[in-house]
Amino acid sequence: MPFLGLVMSTSLLEMKNITKTFPGVKALSNVSFKVEQGEIHCLVGENGAGKSTLMKVLSGVYPHGSYTGEILFNGTVQNFRHIADSEKAGIAIIYQELALVPEMTVYENIVLGHEITKGFRIDWNETIRKADEMLKKVRLDVNPATKVKDLGVGKQQLVEIAKALSRNVKLLILDEPTAALNEDDCDNLLNLMDGLRKEGVTCVLISHKLKEVIRIADKVTVLRDGQTVITLDASLGEVSEGILIKHMVGREIEDIYPKRKHERSEDVVMEVSGWYAEDPKTQRMVLRDINFNLKKGEIVGFAGLMGSGRTELARSIFGNPDGYRLKGEIKVKGSRKQLRSPKDAIRSGIAYASEDRKGNGLVLIQDVKQNITLANLQEIAERGVVDKNAEVKIANEYKTALNIKTPTVEQIVVNLSGGNQQKVSVAKWLFVKPDVLILDEPTRGIDVGAKYEIYTLMNKLVEKGMSIIMISSELPEVLGMSDRVYVVSSGRLAGELPIAEANQERIMQMATSC
Amino acid sequence: MTVNDLRKVLKQNIREYGMYIALFIIMAIFTATTDGVFISSRNITNLMNQTGYIAVLAVGMTLVIIIRHIDLSVGFLAGFLGAIAAIAMVSWGLNVYLTLSLTLALGILAGIATAFLVAQMGIPSFVATLAGWLIYRGALLLVTRKTGTIIIDNAFFNAIGNDYVPDLLGKLPILPEVHKLTLLLGLLTVIWFNISAVKTRRSKQAYNFEVVPMDMFVLKQLFVSAILLCITWILAGYNGLSWTLIIVLVVVGIYHFVASQTVLGRHIYAVGGNPEAAELSGISVKKITYVVFASMGLLSALSGILFASRLQSATTTAGTLFELDAIAAAYIGGVSAAGGVGKIASSLIGALVYMSLTNGMNLMQIDMSLQYIVRGAVLAIAVIFDVTTRRGGK
Ligand SMILES: Nc1ncnc2c1ncn2[C@@H]1O[C@H](COP(=O)(O)OP(=O)(O)OP(=O)(O)O)[C@@H](O)[C@H]1O
Ligand SMILES: [Mg+2]
Repeated sequence: MPFLGLVMSTSLLEMKNITKTFPGVKALSNVSFKVEQGEIHCLVGENGAGKSTLMKVLSGVYPHGSYTGEILFNGTVQNFRHIADSEKAGIAIIYQELALVPEMTVYENIVLGHEITKGFRIDWNETIRKADEMLKKVRLDVNPATKVKDLGVGKQQLVEIAKALSRNVKLLILDEPTAALNEDDCDNLLNLMDGLRKEGVTCVLISHKLKEVIRIADKVTVLRDGQTVITLDASLGEVSEGILIKHMVGREIEDIYPKRKHERSEDVVMEVSGWYAEDPKTQRMVLRDINFNLKKGEIVGFAGLMGSGRTELARSIFGNPDGYRLKGEIKVKGSRKQLRSPKDAIRSGIAYASEDRKGNGLVLIQDVKQNITLANLQEIAERGVVDKNAEVKIANEYKTALNIKTPTVEQIVVNLSGGNQQKVSVAKWLFVKPDVLILDEPTRGIDVGAKYEIYTLMNKLVEKGMSIIMISSELPEVLGMSDRVYVVSSGRLAGELPIAEANQERIMQMATSC
Repeated sequence: MTVNDLRKVLKQNIREYGMYIALFIIMAIFTATTDGVFISSRNITNLMNQTGYIAVLAVGMTLVIIIRHIDLSVGFLAGFLGAIAAIAMVSWGLNVYLTLSLTLALGILAGIATAFLVAQMGIPSFVATLAGWLIYRGALLLVTRKTGTIIIDNAFFNAIGNDYVPDLLGKLPILPEVHKLTLLLGLLTVIWFNISAVKTRRSKQAYNFEVVPMDMFVLKQLFVSAILLCITWILAGYNGLSWTLIIVLVVVGIYHFVASQTVLGRHIYAVGGNPEAAELSGISVKKITYVVFASMGLLSALSGILFASRLQSATTTAGTLFELDAIAAAYIGGVSAAGGVGKIASSLIGALVYMSLTNGMNLMQIDMSLQYIVRGAVLAIAVIFDVTTRRGGK
């Protein structure tokens, strides 16, 4: 059988005519996907195009028999029934949601599930040596005895890769690894992939960041609506942003950042002054002397490095669910407010769409409509009783307005693709109809087409008089969408830039200034 | 309609219907093994009354488990409050209405105390309520130390657990052996059930929402109506509706309504599904925790009253193992330990399944040792079924 396989294919991986259906959705139909030895192969496509599903079919998350089609890996036909099977064959997948145990050390995580033993005992010395070697390979300079929870996301990502490499992978699959990383960490990761390529490791990279795709890819395969559109070869000069977008979206998008009418008023909607926050658990000052304001109908960008304190700032304003010790004052529409809980904040007209939609944005086991109405059930309730028909109607309106891809609003959110989950999270806060909408990384993991839709929507909202605070680690987005930019650095406001004076260099300079 | 349609609908709702099917099978088996004694009017009435004090606990426990907590203290809390009620009437000479209000209020207070430990102090509910278990057990022994079993002689109080709704239509010359008021109430329920189903369907259609096909709808209505009428007929054949059954139905009705139709209910499910997301959506997780534990305390008091009334006395061991029976009933009813999933009505069915086992095996005079083993096995099977169908549904 193996010999027969060898003759059949020379590629490392060949997936043929893969079809996978879920109730009500054909996630993949007749997809073919081929990866050659030693290349970096990018997989791109709109939210819900089927990228993650294809990789789950490959890794055995969806076992053989639950899809149709054929998988050839390393020259043999593979019928993976579990993730363990594909791991054994040499396939490692790193999901966007990291699968590390936060309370365990780096070295424990690296060997987790493949512990090195001597007799019945774990050989800790050998474990640490091995971990050290792997960390060197991914160029991560941390003490292997550090707990994973004490590392930033970027470093955690590298630990994941080290974990995968420690198992002699032949094919490394990264599902949106850079979505949660800042520019430096992204750069780092791409350089690492480049290095691994030289050592002969084959990679599949799923990403919505086309710039990095163009930089790193040998080949790019585009999926659309569960079908393979085309595979492009970078060495033949076939890969460019325009071409990729055209194949992904099926039409051309001229300006990724749509223009809006600039009729800014000078009415200040929200003003924060002398704002300090201290984390009572660690006694650390997370925010110091923050002063800023937000005017009616404007989009203010908050730029800064990952971990600079932007999310902490947003949450401390939004009713302070983390229980920081606060000092300073917030004025909303001219009057001083004491916002003691998110509920207070929502009542005062502030909404906050969190960056971590799975962790604290959505109730994953509930359906689309329940998530959309959750923060504002009162509106569709009469004397405490929810009007379910009105609920479905409203959910459908948002489904259409934001183009959320789901068969019905009764689908549970966990079954939606990452980008569509993000849209549900935005829809939920739109339904609250706030005066001030804080969007924390609103386009993380969202495809170009959907980004464009979200930007257009933001424009519509501010034209109607809403004010938006946009926290984003993607500088082009901050520059493309904001009226003004505040730069946050190590818990302080490093400065304010009118959009005309803002550019990437100045922002980066300020972001690293404190 | 084709058989395929039917199969599809069944398959999609297998988890929900599974329990009804299980209950049906269990009842059928016991009916066969006891020569029909099990299904007799007298025994079914008895079964309903036995289920009462566990059912109300299971209802409260369902909400507690939905918000990812547990309450081990409910059994002895029920026993203790039952004793307090007895003492209030017998020793203090308190009138029965005051006694009932006092007992229920104390239950709410006890629930709030638990919630304080859990929500305010951040103590895991398992530990906090284990402490409660010990404390209430001690308290029960303490208040009954001098007297031992306290006999209750208040007729009104004892009626709650032992008497039946009087047959106001008893003088009508038709159907001599049958409780006619029960029959009438049953008929009215069926009519109301059908009218409200048609109304819901109409309003859905008015919004252009998808509804089940007409023939499917009619079939379902006929089926449920038949079952309701069947139960009514069986109950009417003995003494009719007991006060206990009425209380349980009212409690289940209210809780079902709150859980499925109201803002409060939705907030409870959201807190169970993802507490952080709920908090950020403006829902106070603390407040919900207080509400749910307070309701649990209230229902514990009710359970204590039902039990004391049924025995017409307060005993030193009242409430022993009630908490585990209630937890088992809730799990058989399909509540999920991961939080955010579970239905009130299903927990009632879970309690019925569980108590049918006890009742049926008692009728068959099966040894206690075997009874426990069978109950354990049924619990395990129910949860396995629930977990696997849930996975299949994804
Ligand atoms: N378990 C599931 N049940 C039902 N539908 C599902 C399930 N998983 C995925 N889908 C659907 O399959 C389609 C493809 O989803 P997939 O997650 O593969 O998209 P994706 O290309 O990875 O998108 P994104 O870029 O947003 O992550 C989507 O329409 C999604 O709603
Ligand atoms: Mg995906």
